[in-house]
Amino acid sequence: MDWQGQKVAEQWMQILLLVSAAIAFVTGYLMGSFQLMVLIYAGGVVLTALIIVPNWPWFNRHPLNWLDPTEADKHPKPQPAVVSLNLEMALDYEFQPVRKLCEPFF
Amino acid sequence: MHSFVNRANVLLTLAVTILAIMCAAASISDTFNSPSPTATIEVANIHKFQKVSSGNDEIAMVLNISADLQSLFTWNTKQVFVFVAAEYETKKHVLNQLSLWDTIIESKEKAKFSVSISNKYRFTDQGSNLRGKEFNLTLHWHVMPKTGKMFADKIVLSGYRLPEQYKR
Repeated sequence: MDWQGQKVAEQWMQILLLVSAAIAFVTGYLMGSFQLMVLIYAGGVVLTALIIVPNWPWFNRHPLNWLDPTEADKHPKPQPAVVSLNLEMALDYEFQPVRKLCEPFF
Repeated sequence: MHSFVNRANVLLTLAVTILAIMCAAASISDTFNSPSPTATIEVANIHKFQKVSSGNDEIAMVLNISADLQSLFTWNTKQVFVFVAAEYETKKHVLNQLSLWDTIIESKEKAKFSVSISNKYRFTDQGSNLRGKEFNLTLHWHVMPKTGKMFADKIVLSGYRLPEQYKR
């Protein structure tokens, strides 16, 4: 369900529930039957649930348009600089703490 | 409203909230009903009036009760509890109340009735004060609604008098 669909679904849910409540109350009062009020309202709630709760296609008519990938390519993310070291330097760098640790024994 | 479960949750919450408001409104609609119940009670016969071994007075009587309580019933009424109480004054207490008979009325059709009954509960006094005693018979009722506020009221019928002599 897209953003517009969610908004419309919420509004319609409120409208349908309030209208079915009003119809149920007035009918129940005029007919003098509490049971009738509850049944009409229950029917209204079930109907509203069927209309609102499933992800129907009419709630997906406004798909969100993402930016094109080319647009993203024009503003590339800064990459971390690649540092190249030769193996010896790298090893030297790698073992420096060990050397320091072992210094008293040399 | 982004997922199936979220929509179902929002719908049920709002639906139950509105249902509670409807029930409150139904209870409020009861206050617009102004009932006009009527009742007459007649003491048909006092067939036992004696002092029992404990020293208390005890009475068995036949009452003819006819009442029309149909106007108490609204669309929000579940049932009406009715009881007949004998009320009298003694030296010790200003008000003594004894329930003699009760019933539950479950529908408007049954709310207009005329019955002849002997007292369901014992008419007994602590002591022997009942000879020649004047008493009221009061029809009390409690209206129990389907939702909301309970109502209670009564009709007081006065001018009854017990006999001066014990009777077996």
